[in-house]
Amino acid sequence: MHFGPHLLLAALEGLVTSAVLALTALGLSLVFGVMRVVNVAHGEFFMLGAVLAWAISTAISGHPAVGFLAALVIAPLIVGAIALVAERLVLRRLDYNPEATIVATIGMLYIIQQLALTFYGPEARPVEPPFSYRILLPWFGYSGYKLSIIAASALLLIATWLVLTRTRIGLIMRATQYDSETAQAFGIPVGRVYGGVFALGAMLAAIAAVLIVPISQAHYLMGQDPLLLSFIVVIIGGLGSLRGTVVAAVLIGLSDGIISMFFSPTLAKIIATLLVAMVLVFRPQGLFGTASR
Amino acid sequence: MADKNGFFDLSKTGLISKTGLTRRTALKGLAAGAGLAVAPGFVRYSQAQSSAPIKIGFQSHRTGIGAAYGRWYEKTTAAAVKAINAAGGINGRQVEVIIEDDGTDPGRGAEVVGKFATQHKTDIVFGTLFSHVVIGSAPAAGEAKIPYFVVSEGHHVASTKLNRYVFQPGITDVKSQIQSMAPWIAANAGKKVTQIFPDFAFGYDHRDYLPPALKAQGAEVIAQIAIPPTESSFTKYFPQIPPETEVIYHVMVGPAVLTFVKELGEFYGSNRPQLFGFIDSLEATDINSPGLEFLDGSHFWEGSPRYAQPDDSAAQKAYRAAVGIDDNGAAVGDPKDVSTAAHMFGCWETLYVVKKAMEDAGYKGPEDRAKLVEATEALTAFAEGPEHPQGPKTFNGKIHQCFGIQNISKVEGGKLKVVHKTKIEDGLYEAEGDYTKQAL
Repeated sequence: MHFGPHLLLAALEGLVTSAVLALTALGLSLVFGVMRVVNVAHGEFFMLGAVLAWAISTAISGHPAVGFLAALVIAPLIVGAIALVAERLVLRRLDYNPEATIVATIGMLYIIQQLALTFYGPEARPVEPPFSYRILLPWFGYSGYKLSIIAASALLLIATWLVLTRTRIGLIMRATQYDSETAQAFGIPVGRVYGGVFALGAMLAAIAAVLIVPISQAHYLMGQDPLLLSFIVVIIGGLGSLRGTVVAAVLIGLSDGIISMFFSPTLAKIIATLLVAMVLVFRPQGLFGTASR
Repeated sequence: MADKNGFFDLSKTGLISKTGLTRRTALKGLAAGAGLAVAPGFVRYSQAQSSAPIKIGFQSHRTGIGAAYGRWYEKTTAAAVKAINAAGGINGRQVEVIIEDDGTDPGRGAEVVGKFATQHKTDIVFGTLFSHVVIGSAPAAGEAKIPYFVVSEGHHVASTKLNRYVFQPGITDVKSQIQSMAPWIAANAGKKVTQIFPDFAFGYDHRDYLPPALKAQGAEVIAQIAIPPTESSFTKYFPQIPPETEVIYHVMVGPAVLTFVKELGEFYGSNRPQLFGFIDSLEATDINSPGLEFLDGSHFWEGSPRYAQPDDSAAQKAYRAAVGIDDNGAAVGDPKDVSTAAHMFGCWETLYVVKKAMEDAGYKGPEDRAKLVEATEALTAFAEGPEHPQGPKTFNGKIHQCFGIQNISKVEGGKLKVVHKTKIEDGLYEAEGDYTKQAL
């Protein structure tokens, strides 16, 4: 294959990775930004989204698009509810202590993973894409559904941005992020905001998973990679910064696609990790983060 | 921070009481100990060892990437043990299987072998599939001097790079499989082959043994693409497939396999090269899953056919009924629960080899493990029948490996139909070493 089409394919693949990564990492970033909690179980919420998408789409007969759309709505809601319960039962009782919540979310990671293994099983199960249109380019074919993931992710990111910057809820969240004590003094129910943000973070991961599952199958161990990549993205982009998360996700996704296609996937991972190290050394707050006060 | 919060001060956790051991705690401990002694598994057999069950430690991939295989290996093993016990057990003793999960992880695999040898005191260890777990666990088995019967199909046992306690008598190895199928590939699929394989031990067997096997048939491997085992998206590798490729030879494992096939379909459409794959890619996966239509007309290696074939022997039918799989290779009563039929027969057959060797050795207990090793090495052939439903096999005691027939199946109308069976001789090769020269 010639260089041009080769690069096009690499870029397309990279953009799909970026799109899913941006949504997942945004969830992680929000939770850290607002609550100062490092949610190690974030990848498991991603996995739950995919597993539930399978359960919902197989329960609903008819055109695959119906089941998929139902999954896209219902799965994130269920995952959000589970996250809310976890937040109320565990994180709140630990007073959001940074060290204790890390340990607690590690525990949650294993509990969710093993429950999925027990009730869903060890198999990788496919979800039928809502439509299967193959775009035929002169050099290779490409999945139309994959392109739609990029569009869907962009829309969701814009929606999240609008909520954060243009609505009252967003204002409350930003106030809590900026200074939770002062926010509380001004009558903002910080506890409820925390619960909501934790659920929202999990829901973003679940949405990303529902989008990706028609091209990558639901499996109980699928949460590990997104978790690691999300951490990388969040560290590079700056914790709690939406713009930074998106830019870092595109950067990591594209470089992963292009480097792993022209060189090797291992090199792509090495470079991503190196980038994290460089950011931590020269700009510890991340590319778009603000230095902690 | 940890100290301030008292994380590491055990006295606060209640694990260690500051006041020391009280009489109440001592009594509790005593009661617990007594409880353990009467619990199942700690039963003392008063009539000496002769009536105690033979204990088989089953190293199972219950979790991790091998979990689908693990579940079906357990089902097959349970069925074989049930049949063996119903027929009077081994040397008049019942067989008991003790299962430990290795997480499909080599490190944990070695620990599990150690646990079987020292804690459960099983007679043998059995049942591992994934090659990296076998390679990781074999030294532990050699050290504990406990016979380790694997059902892995990797070439590592037959390479004689492991040790004298490791056997693979129930399933053939990759080198033999490739060698016996290469003539068919060269004659029927194409001469220019591109290989796609997982970047670890099992994949390397394919990488190393396919090129010479094809060369001997006048065909050649024109590209080799190694893919990391944790990869979840494959399109980015496809541009490396040379356009002149006539056959894509694929051996992927793990949960992302469906993606692999689907993306290959999107990439090529109907204008694809021939495909030849190892069914390992699609074990426990319904061949009629969405996206797999692309495989229609392609060929697969199968150790034992997943779908019932018109010429199935009575033994094959009885085996399928005992394990509980229907004509489509799925669990009876649950057509979506597809088995790992191409491999799991190896558990059944291996247990019957263990039975035969234990009977030949007059095996009484762990003190006879060396005798069991020698008796297994002395075996030469297994006839086709209820104990060996996959087909006849020969056994080379020097390299601890069996040799048998292979099936090449074509995907046709949503089923796998066997189109070619190889002969045992097709897969024989020069021994690379001799385990029997190692000390016991």
